[in-house]
Amino acid sequence: MAAEEKMTLETWPASPEKQTLEGKNKFLGFWLFLGGETVLFASLFATYLALKDKVPSAEHALAKDLFELPLVFVATMLLLTSSLTSVYAMYHMKNFNFKKMQLWLGITVLLGLAFLLLEIYEFNHYVHEFGHTFTSSAFGSAFYTLVGFHGGHVAFGLLWITTLMIRNSKRGLNLYNAPKFYVASLYWHFIDVVWVFIFTVVYLMGMVG
Amino acid sequence: MSTYTQKKGFGATLWDYLTTVDHKKIAILYLIAGGIFFVLGGLEAMFIRIQLAVPNNDFVSAGLYNEILTMHGTTMIFLAAMPLVFAFMNAVVPLQIGARDVAFPFLNSLGFWLFFFGGVFLNLSWFLGGAPDAGWTSYASLSLASEGHGIDFYTLGLQISGAGTLIGGINFLVTIINMRTPGMTYMRMPLFTWSSFVVSALILFAFPPLTVGLFLMIFDRLFGANFFDVANGGNTIIWEHLFWIFGHPEVYILILPAFGIFSEIFATFSRKRLFGYSSMVFATVLIGFLGFMVWAHHMFTTGLGPIANAIFAVATMAIAVPTGIKIFNWLFTMWGGSISFTTPMLYAIAFIPSFVAGGVTGIMNAAASADYQFHDSYFVVAHFHYVIVGGVVLGLLAGTHFYWPKMFGTMLNEFLGKITFWLFLIGFHLTFFIQHFLGLMGMPRRIFTFLPGQGLETGNMISTVGAFFMAVAVVILLINVVITQVKNVQVGNDPWGDGRTLEWAIPSPPPFYNFKQLPLVRGLDAYWLEKMEGKKGMTPAEPIGDIHMPNSSFIPFMISFGLFVAAFGAMYRVDYSWGLPVLVIGMLITILSMAVRSVKDDHGFHIHKEDLMNDDDKGGKA
Repeated sequence: MAAEEKMTLETWPASPEKQTLEGKNKFLGFWLFLGGETVLFASLFATYLALKDKVPSAEHALAKDLFELPLVFVATMLLLTSSLTSVYAMYHMKNFNFKKMQLWLGITVLLGLAFLLLEIYEFNHYVHEFGHTFTSSAFGSAFYTLVGFHGGHVAFGLLWITTLMIRNSKRGLNLYNAPKFYVASLYWHFIDVVWVFIFTVVYLMGMVG
Repeated sequence: MSTYTQKKGFGATLWDYLTTVDHKKIAILYLIAGGIFFVLGGLEAMFIRIQLAVPNNDFVSAGLYNEILTMHGTTMIFLAAMPLVFAFMNAVVPLQIGARDVAFPFLNSLGFWLFFFGGVFLNLSWFLGGAPDAGWTSYASLSLASEGHGIDFYTLGLQISGAGTLIGGINFLVTIINMRTPGMTYMRMPLFTWSSFVVSALILFAFPPLTVGLFLMIFDRLFGANFFDVANGGNTIIWEHLFWIFGHPEVYILILPAFGIFSEIFATFSRKRLFGYSSMVFATVLIGFLGFMVWAHHMFTTGLGPIANAIFAVATMAIAVPTGIKIFNWLFTMWGGSISFTTPMLYAIAFIPSFVAGGVTGIMNAAASADYQFHDSYFVVAHFHYVIVGGVVLGLLAGTHFYWPKMFGTMLNEFLGKITFWLFLIGFHLTFFIQHFLGLMGMPRRIFTFLPGQGLETGNMISTVGAFFMAVAVVILLINVVITQVKNVQVGNDPWGDGRTLEWAIPSPPPFYNFKQLPLVRGLDAYWLEKMEGKKGMTPAEPIGDIHMPNSSFIPFMISFGLFVAAFGAMYRVDYSWGLPVLVIGMLITILSMAVRSVKDDHGFHIHKEDLMNDDDKGGKA
């Protein structure tokens, strides 16, 4: 089966992302890449935990002074929901329903964008209300690096999914682009999982001191 | 076929190599680039030994010595040994598993160009204000105090080339899992493929901590962060942990492929199946696993406490068990074999005692209490040169002679090869054996000179003489390469006559699609099995059909070039106003190149069945 062949609902296979050898390779390669990403974030988490509340002077704000759970709760809900909507998108991809897939991917992107805007607001708030900046302390450096790396991943994911949606908007699904959509959704789930850990390790553990 | 083999002009050949996605050509690129950096690192080693030949020498200044020493280590590990390992992985692994290319040919090319631009960036530091001078480990307390941009060349250069290595690792994992020919089960894979597989997994999990460590250092030095700045709450030990969580697996990343190459050589030139194949596989996997549990043995004197030191000491000593299994298996492979003493086999035989010596001093260093005495002395220098030169470099030299005919279709001269071998082996032991005793007598590591009358003169002079032996050996190897390529006597499929694995069943060098028909593998040492049954080649596993091949692309070069430009911008941003725009332009080049790759469909092309049919005289039969 050639990757660029025109497909119909009848000829669409059950696992279109793994139908071609290229698709299989992408699928496996991306899972392995996420394994490497896990180690990357583990290193960042370890650095954060080692440097949490390590500040040069007593006036500097600590984790328990900074964080407010309502804001973080909203951000968490946005991102968790976006993971769910990307599952819906993949459900429609597997059922060869391109329009609905695009719709749910669009909702995913909007939710992700809202999360990113909240994060920018949050960082801005810490910088201007508390003087907690990237350069003010080792705590600041570690906090913005860990959370910022995650934010950077979110931004890259948004760019990626949007590019895929625009590039394929006119031609619909085929076995060439199905693995691409699938892999992008895997990436999005990974971002979500990392956030669950950030929520726990940075925010919840930060609140209890 | 004739259209593919027409003589091409220099420009066309250059463009071909700049855009190639063929694993065999990428292997040659890795071999050339890695070879050049190996010679550079070797020159730096010679300067070190000349400076230390006599007491109170002033051949180089103290500051310049630090730069040379740092660049020697960094170049040899990241820019010589790693790419040379990748050269053989690229040249051999797809052929050994019966694949037509790697899983991601585009990424394979990207990995090479990232490594190349990272390496060039790092070495440009010599001309742009001074090289890094904090040692190849670049401990944070030294790095933060280092003036100029040397350390920034180190962090940015390694960041770029490290990304290339990570990409390569993922590529080989997927290739070996997904692209094996029918019948090539995991437990029929040649040992070199197995070790490449394990090494790729190590790369996948070891390089991200280095990436993070380098980012933290970049942020501290160039963007005002405080990770390692104690006055602002930072902690310099974080760098040591991140570096060694990467750094220890890194030494296994280097040695395991050498083990793989030696395993192939022992079996081939003993004309015997490798002894204890399953235990070899098991030992390789176990070494890879344990390699992640021992990083703190580099930090015994940091002050982690007796419990941590004891745990890491025991874990380190445990690695001697699987390594011992391998040593005995190699010896038993030779036992009762019909041995032919070719150049690769000489390297393999010499490797065993040399590497065991390095292993024994490794166990000595692993004893934490004793390590307080050895730490930062020439004893440690002797130890790691015994494992890296006695293991990795001997392996790479053996691999060069062994796989040269498969890569280039010509045989390196055996007489010159043996001269290289003897000079190198004698020079190696002359240089480093005496350094154990220099260390035990109290000579510290990384000093630029020493005083007379302390009993260090003779040892250092002997060491320097040995280094010259090694230099001459490498020069003879280069002469051998030139003579061989000028003579250009083409050889057949199996020039050693005793090839056991799939790569020897196809022409040297193989056609660009490797296998006209994928071969059917019926057991370990697939080609040997067929030969023993009197067959000329492999049984095909498929009828002749169209072959799908990937398109060449210039995009990998552009993506890597963009990062190279951006690195200059990031570095000079702190001094000049043009830095920031250059950073942005570089990143734009990279991101736009990636966007072009995303938006433009790349379906590859097909070689048609009819063209393959007419191709019988060219070989390429399965």
